[in-house]
Amino acid sequence: MAKHDTPLLDQLESGPWPSFVSDLKRQAEIRAKNEEGVEFQIPADSCDDLLGILELSFKHGRTHWKHGGIVGVFGYGGGVIGRYSDQPEMFPGVEAFHTMRVNQPAGKYYNTEYLRSIMKLWDFRGSGVTNMHGSTGDIILLGTTTPQLEEIFYELTHNLNQDLGGSGSNLRTPSDCLGSSRCEYSCYDTQALCHFLTNEYQDELHRPAFPYKFKFKFDGCPNCCVASIARADMSFIGTWKDQIRIDQDAVNKYVEKDPAYPANAGAHKGRDWGPFDIEKEVTDLCPTQCMKWDGKKLHIDDSNCTRCMHCINVMPRALKIGKETGCSILVGAKAPILDGAQMGSLLAPFVPVNPDNDYEEVTEIIESIWDWWMEEGKNRERLGELIMRQGFQKLLEVTGIDPMPQQVEHPRTNPYIFWKEEEVPGGFERDIKEYRKYHQR
Amino acid sequence: MSVLDNREEATKMVTDYLQKKLKNKTKFYLNDFYKVFPDDKPRQVKKFVNSLVTDGVLEYWSSGSTTMYGLKGAGKQHASEGEE
Repeated sequence: MAKHDTPLLDQLESGPWPSFVSDLKRQAEIRAKNEEGVEFQIPADSCDDLLGILELSFKHGRTHWKHGGIVGVFGYGGGVIGRYSDQPEMFPGVEAFHTMRVNQPAGKYYNTEYLRSIMKLWDFRGSGVTNMHGSTGDIILLGTTTPQLEEIFYELTHNLNQDLGGSGSNLRTPSDCLGSSRCEYSCYDTQALCHFLTNEYQDELHRPAFPYKFKFKFDGCPNCCVASIARADMSFIGTWKDQIRIDQDAVNKYVEKDPAYPANAGAHKGRDWGPFDIEKEVTDLCPTQCMKWDGKKLHIDDSNCTRCMHCINVMPRALKIGKETGCSILVGAKAPILDGAQMGSLLAPFVPVNPDNDYEEVTEIIESIWDWWMEEGKNRERLGELIMRQGFQKLLEVTGIDPMPQQVEHPRTNPYIFWKEEEVPGGFERDIKEYRKYHQR
Repeated sequence: MSVLDNREEATKMVTDYLQKKLKNKTKFYLNDFYKVFPDDKPRQVKKFVNSLVTDGVLEYWSSGSTTMYGLKGAGKQHASEGEE
């Protein structure tokens, strides 16, 4: 029997999709029955009260959560997001209902033993409600009280070999795709770089360092499974410098509709899309029109390829990424808080990803950007907004990267070029007498 | 020599600065501390300010997305919202 009537929430269960309301009701029931005999350290009816307070918010059309507060455990300035209810008498189970962010392993590889231990801890000291995973990538543990925070932190760090993630004005938990552990498209080892930078920048991750949040995300190839280009202040997207490797025999197998060579590796097999047509499905869809099929051979003009991955995705057995691989660094993506959503802008088209020198080429760029943003960024200003305010040219100056054509999105749309005196031969001073020799007043 | 090298004096500069503003506000952005130490690099100031939290002089406040700093115990705590 539910503790609170929730007619408005119940309606959310009627749609075709899985419902968080059903999940919460199930968890409330599990806690009420407590068949496993857990000694709950926070109120057993926290999930019931969570549903109750949400129903009340729907009824009132306003939130009953207060804004902010407690931040973390001793020594940390992030990883815990304080949440307090403003209706503690009606809903005592959620008077304090803090969120904890737990740093997910690179590539989100778990074993069941680990997941069970996390859940055992969370059922015992929290609400048992999780979010796998939050948009930053962390394991989100939703709902616990203040006295439990240090206890959970101790257990996580001492017995589960597990750290908290980032929140507030910190470096947020870096997140990556599976990378070369399972994916043939991966142009660099995303997990190695993600893990290295997580360790390298522990101070920035755990103690507020910036004007606002800062996110790293790592994609092994331009398919961008982590969507770093849209979500990270700094995204590292795998790419290659040389040519797409073509196996012409395999291309012909696709064209001949050999069943061992299904288009898109059989990903769209659920429906009959008609016979494979290389021109319609591959060459005509190339965004830069850099491909040609002459009936026997596939030609690619690699100098005009933008690494969109479409042809490789459609014919993975015939086309492979190049051999000289590294990553592109894009900066400034963010969600729409100020100025609307922004995609990342290409800063460095190709950076070697080299673990042998501790990714020196990558960390150099990161630190020069941080120095600039920490000095010039306004409170709550994301990197993308600072770039808009001070200009991409300024970003190039601080990172010491020379301007290059790949950074230009639309050529010839902006007639203004700002030259500095030192960039102009002879400077801005002119000899007026010399000038008058050739030009009358 | 940076003023941050003299921990005692630097701590006093921070607490004096925050005490002076206490009437108007109790929570400060990291940027505000750059004004106290204009000659030091932001990264050094950040390290120092965070160490003051560890020492219990300052405390964090976070909305979840943004972190602010205040003198320990100063200003509104979660239990009250402008009533005192």
